[in-house]
Amino acid sequence: MDTVMTAPADNDTDSWEVAGRRFRSRLVVGTGRYKSLEETAAAIEASGAEMVTVAVRRVNLSDPGAPMLQDFVPPDRYTYLPNTAGCHTAKDAVRTLRLAREAGGWNLVKLEVLGPPPFLYPDMPATFEAAEALIKDGFQVMVYCADDPLAAKRLEEMGCVAVMPLGAPIGSGLGLANPFMLRSIIENARVPVLVDAGIGTASEAAQAMELGCDAVLLNSAIAHAKDPVRMARAMKAGVEAGRHAFLAGRMPRNYAADASSPMTGLIR
Amino acid sequence: MSASIDITVNGEARSLPAPLPLSEFLAGAGLDTRKVAVERNEEIVPRSAYATTLLGAGDALEIVHFIGGG
Repeated sequence: MDTVMTAPADNDTDSWEVAGRRFRSRLVVGTGRYKSLEETAAAIEASGAEMVTVAVRRVNLSDPGAPMLQDFVPPDRYTYLPNTAGCHTAKDAVRTLRLAREAGGWNLVKLEVLGPPPFLYPDMPATFEAAEALIKDGFQVMVYCADDPLAAKRLEEMGCVAVMPLGAPIGSGLGLANPFMLRSIIENARVPVLVDAGIGTASEAAQAMELGCDAVLLNSAIAHAKDPVRMARAMKAGVEAGRHAFLAGRMPRNYAADASSPMTGLIR
Repeated sequence: MSASIDITVNGEARSLPAPLPLSEFLAGAGLDTRKVAVERNEEIVPRSAYATTLLGAGDALEIVHFIGGG
C-alpha cells in the first residue's frame, strides 16, 4: 500500500512561549515610524504578529484628544511590549518601564539601554544594571543585547525571560552581521532568543529563523519599505519559511555536483 | 491657603490656582486616565491614588502614554 505523505498544515501547532504566554507568530513587530496610525494598524495586521513593541513618551498636553496608538492597535488583541528606546542610562530605562507598567498594567517589557549614535549599540554594563533592578522589581524582562554569547548567558542567568541579540544596528537594515555569534547564542540559551534589529528584508528574517532563533523582532524593515503592508506580508512569509526550513533541516553543503536524476536508464 | 502654586508638567512650567488633587488636574487637562501614567518627583503615582495626591509647589510631573516605537 502506498504511504500518503502530507505536508505540514498551515495550522500546525508550532508555537513558542515567553513568560508563560504562548505565541504562534514568530514575528514581533514595532509600531514606530509609520506614516499614520491607520498604516500602522494595516501593516501589523498583515504581519500576523501577536506581540508588538511600543514606546513610552510624554503626552502632548496641548492636544489631549489626539488619536492614540491603543485606538488603532488594541492591547486586548496584541501583547504590548513596552520598550526603553531612547534610554542611555539604567536609571532612565527603569523609570520608563515603571511608568509603562502603570500605564498598561503588565510587567512583560523590552529593555534596551543604548550607547551613543551613530551605532546605538547595546550598552551592556548599563543593561546588566537595569536588568537586575527590573527583575528585583518584579518585571519580566526581554532584553536587547550585544551579539555576545557570554553577555546573553549572563542575562539569562540573571533571570531575563528572553534574550534579543542584534542582527545589525537598529534601523540599519544591514541584515545579520554575524550569523555565527547569533548561532552560538541560540545553541547555548535556555530561554527564547529573538534576533532584534538590523533585519532589512524578508530573506534576512528567514535567515535568522534558519539559525534556529525563536522569533525575530523588526520595525524599520516594514515601516520604511515603499509598501509597508506588502512588506509586512513578506516578513510573515519569510519568518514562516525560515522556521519550516530550520525544522526540516537543511541538506549538507557539498563542494561537488551530485545529480538529482538517476544515472541509469539513459538512452543510447 | 489658596495661593497659586508653580509646578512643572512634562518639562513645562505651569501655574495652578491652588493646591489641587492630581485627579482634578488630569481631568482639567482632558486626559483619559486609563491611557496614561503619572510620575511625581520621580515616583510613580498609582491610579488609585490620583484623588488623594495633592499637587504642591515645586512638584515635577511626568505624564506619559504609549506611542509607536520599535
